[in-house]
Amino acid sequence: MKDIIFNVFILLTVIPCFWVALSSNIVHAAFSLLITLFGVAGLYVLLGADFIGVVQVIVYIGGILILIIFGVMMTQRGKLLPLSIQLPGKVFGAVLTGVILVALVLTATKSLWPVASILGEPQPTSAAIGDLLLGKYLIPFEVASVLLLVALVGAVLIVRRSVRGE
Amino acid sequence: MNTLFVPLTIKKSLWLIPCLPLAGAVVNGLLGRRLPARLIHFVGCASIFISFLVSVAGFFTLLSIEEPQQRFLIQSLYQWILTVWYQGSFSLEVAFRLDPLSMTLCLVVTGVGFLIHLYSVGYMAGDESQGRYFSYLNLFTFSMLLLILADNLLLMFVGWEGVGLCSYLLIGFWFTDLEKAQAGMKAFIVNRVGDFGFFVGLMLLFWTLFEASNGSMTGLGFQQLREAIPLLGSASPILGVGVATWVALLFLVGATGKSAQIPLYVWLPDAMAGPTPVSAFIHAATMVTAGVYMIVRLNFLYVAAPAAMAMVAVVGGVTAFYAATIALTQNDIKRVLAYSTISQLGYMFLAVGVAAFSTGIFHLVTHAFFKALLFLGAGSVIHAVHSNDMQEMGGLKKYMPHTYLTFMVAYLAISGIPPLSGFMSKDEILWATFNSHLTVAGLGKALWGLGLLTAGLTAFYMTRLIALTFMGSFRGGSEKEKHLHESPAVMTLPLMVLAVLSAVGGVIGLPAITHLPNLLHDFLGPVLSSHGTSGHQAHAYWLELLLMLISTGVATSGIYLGWLFYVKRPELPGQVAARFARLHRLLFEKYYVDEVYQTLFVRPILKMVALSGRFDLNTIDGAVNLSSRVTAKFAFLIGWEDLKIVDGAVNGLADIFKRWGAALKHLQTGRVQHYLYSVVLGIFGLCVFMFIF
Amino acid sequence: MPYSLPSFLVVSSLLFCLGMFTVLTRRNAIGILMGIELVLNGAGLNFVAFSRFLEPSQTTNLLSGQLFTLFIIAVAAAEVAVALAIVLSLYSRMKTIDVEDFKELRG
Repeated sequence: MKDIIFNVFILLTVIPCFWVALSSNIVHAAFSLLITLFGVAGLYVLLGADFIGVVQVIVYIGGILILIIFGVMMTQRGKLLPLSIQLPGKVFGAVLTGVILVALVLTATKSLWPVASILGEPQPTSAAIGDLLLGKYLIPFEVASVLLLVALVGAVLIVRRSVRGE
Repeated sequence: MNTLFVPLTIKKSLWLIPCLPLAGAVVNGLLGRRLPARLIHFVGCASIFISFLVSVAGFFTLLSIEEPQQRFLIQSLYQWILTVWYQGSFSLEVAFRLDPLSMTLCLVVTGVGFLIHLYSVGYMAGDESQGRYFSYLNLFTFSMLLLILADNLLLMFVGWEGVGLCSYLLIGFWFTDLEKAQAGMKAFIVNRVGDFGFFVGLMLLFWTLFEASNGSMTGLGFQQLREAIPLLGSASPILGVGVATWVALLFLVGATGKSAQIPLYVWLPDAMAGPTPVSAFIHAATMVTAGVYMIVRLNFLYVAAPAAMAMVAVVGGVTAFYAATIALTQNDIKRVLAYSTISQLGYMFLAVGVAAFSTGIFHLVTHAFFKALLFLGAGSVIHAVHSNDMQEMGGLKKYMPHTYLTFMVAYLAISGIPPLSGFMSKDEILWATFNSHLTVAGLGKALWGLGLLTAGLTAFYMTRLIALTFMGSFRGGSEKEKHLHESPAVMTLPLMVLAVLSAVGGVIGLPAITHLPNLLHDFLGPVLSSHGTSGHQAHAYWLELLLMLISTGVATSGIYLGWLFYVKRPELPGQVAARFARLHRLLFEKYYVDEVYQTLFVRPILKMVALSGRFDLNTIDGAVNLSSRVTAKFAFLIGWEDLKIVDGAVNGLADIFKRWGAALKHLQTGRVQHYLYSVVLGIFGLCVFMFIF
Repeated sequence: MPYSLPSFLVVSSLLFCLGMFTVLTRRNAIGILMGIELVLNGAGLNFVAFSRFLEPSQTTNLLSGQLFTLFIIAVAAAEVAVALAIVLSLYSRMKTIDVEDFKELRG
């Protein structure tokens, strides 16, 4: 049973990717990205990272993806632009990434990972993550918050200047 | 004072005696242009003075050594030559030897030298090349001291050549005057002829001794040579004449060159073109005595070659007479003194020729005193009158009293008036000559007669000089008369010191009849091999007294005649000259010797010079010009190659860069995706790389 | 695909490569942005998978991987904010967000 759900979520993640990559309609691409992100969130939960999965949904889908869609909407001008480069470039890119993919897959499957022999039952992780964030990983936590502040200020600055420049 | 301690320290400081003047020469020579005159004078005089002090210290050290045979100090500085070959070896060190003989000359050279340096400060004041002058003077002193103190023949030769060089430099000091420069050259070239004789003699001596000793002769040190001389007797004679005689004669040639005897004296009168202190120092007291010194140093050689010794005596006696005759007629005050020097040197040669070595040195010392004084006095006179010509002088005794008085002392000394030093030494020579036993019977007596005659001539021409210069009235015109003045103290002080020495200097060599010791004779004894003259004590004292009276009489009559001719009845010289016009002409023109030499030697050599000059111009210069033309043609080729190939390479390189740049320009498309592409390509490459290897 | 580590890694590799392909081929600036998001997600998935399956070590926590993914999400958020700000400025200036048109830095 577990395996079936697992496979479903895999398909849910992977198939819309192709749409994101190849679709000519940017809005379709955005929504495929949405489904992919949901799939990833599900996979997180299946891996016992319940807190992360929820954060994925809230922040990534609820924040980032919404922003992307806003961006898409604000930069569309009626007619649909050709969304991909010419064919020769696409083939070349495909070859490159294909080879890289092959390399990665081979690495993943053929390597001897030091896998734990017994997998424990997934525990709730929120409290543990909270402990870690304010304990061992306090500094990265603080730095991340500074980063967000900087990004915020930076984004406002960039936009403000262009607006004023007009 | 601890007798062992002092010899050691003096022994270690012997090098100071010659090297202090050398240092002075270097300092004044290199920095002379930039130093103030007072400093130049100080350096020049101080170096000699300290040298003199060291010499005095050395003198007392020698005296403090009890055993007369042990009275010598040798300081060896370093090994100069050392060659070893299968038959033997040759070793030569730079070593200084202080024994009574070199001590005597050291004191004379440094003492009189110092006085002359002091005099030069006044005489050369205002000259623009002070540094050069004092540098040369110091350099000369160094060479002379090197010659005196050398412990072996080769080092002595170095000093020998050095004094010749410095003589040239100093005679031609005012080289901008062609005549003076030529006088310098003449001195050097004539000297060189003598040097050649010296060197051939040296080589012959060494080679013969080397062969005769079967290779055990290893050097040219004087002690070695003295011990090896008997070997010369066993060597086979060359052309029927013994090797010792050949060597002695060759050295005599060298001596005649340096000490201005017949036939190589011709440079000395012309050398008067140099500054007067130079004439006083070099051509009266020191360099010209080098020949005498050398013969005395090699006394053991000459004693082994009696024929050569006789030659020395004859050369000396004849030259003394010959030069005195020329001095009778000369008008240039310095020339008179020059010929007088030649004459007195002749006396010294006469002395050593009859094996009276210490007597010769005695006359050397006294002559240094009074001749230097005479020259310096003449310099004083010339300085005031601005002319060398005695016909423009006269009556100077009232304008230059100090000069006059000191000059008189020297005049009396040279004329042989007792008890001044000149009388003591000259008389000893005459006595020794009279008693000598030379190879040719009766030669001694004949030479005595010649010497006596010369003494009379000496008194005569010196009186003439005094009369023309100091007596009577000034003949140089009233303009000059207003400017006549006595010389400054720095010049008159040395004159006074020398006057005292000329007067009392005879005390070191008192004759036997006084029953007082002959100090110089005893001092020099151990150095000289033959003391035949000491045998004269066996003779009756009355003979010596008689001869002394005769020589005094001759000197007095010479002075009387001079007074007669030039003071009492000044018209007499003119009359005599007119009467014996041909003879007078001969003497005045110095027997035409210069002209003879000019035709015999100088002109042919100049012709050869011109010939080889033409050869050089045509052949050698022609070859050089040809090669330069060929090179020019090659240069054209090289230039073409440079233009095409080298420039081509450089331009090509720049071209490559341009093309690459143009090609690589396309990478920068300005599009971010393309840049990302390159990142991906990198990852791609990495993957491939990882999977292959 | 069985529930094992290699399968999760294959999935994240696919996400990564497809994301890279998107970045390389899209002409729309926002499309490129979406590709970047895919890449980041692939990386995050990797971390969580490793955190789950690998033997616990003494130095790292059992949950270190999850924390990494948390931070990745935070960083992605910041990055998107700034990137969109840039895109919008570009749009207001150039009136287009076709990356083919941005050639002013051309060499």
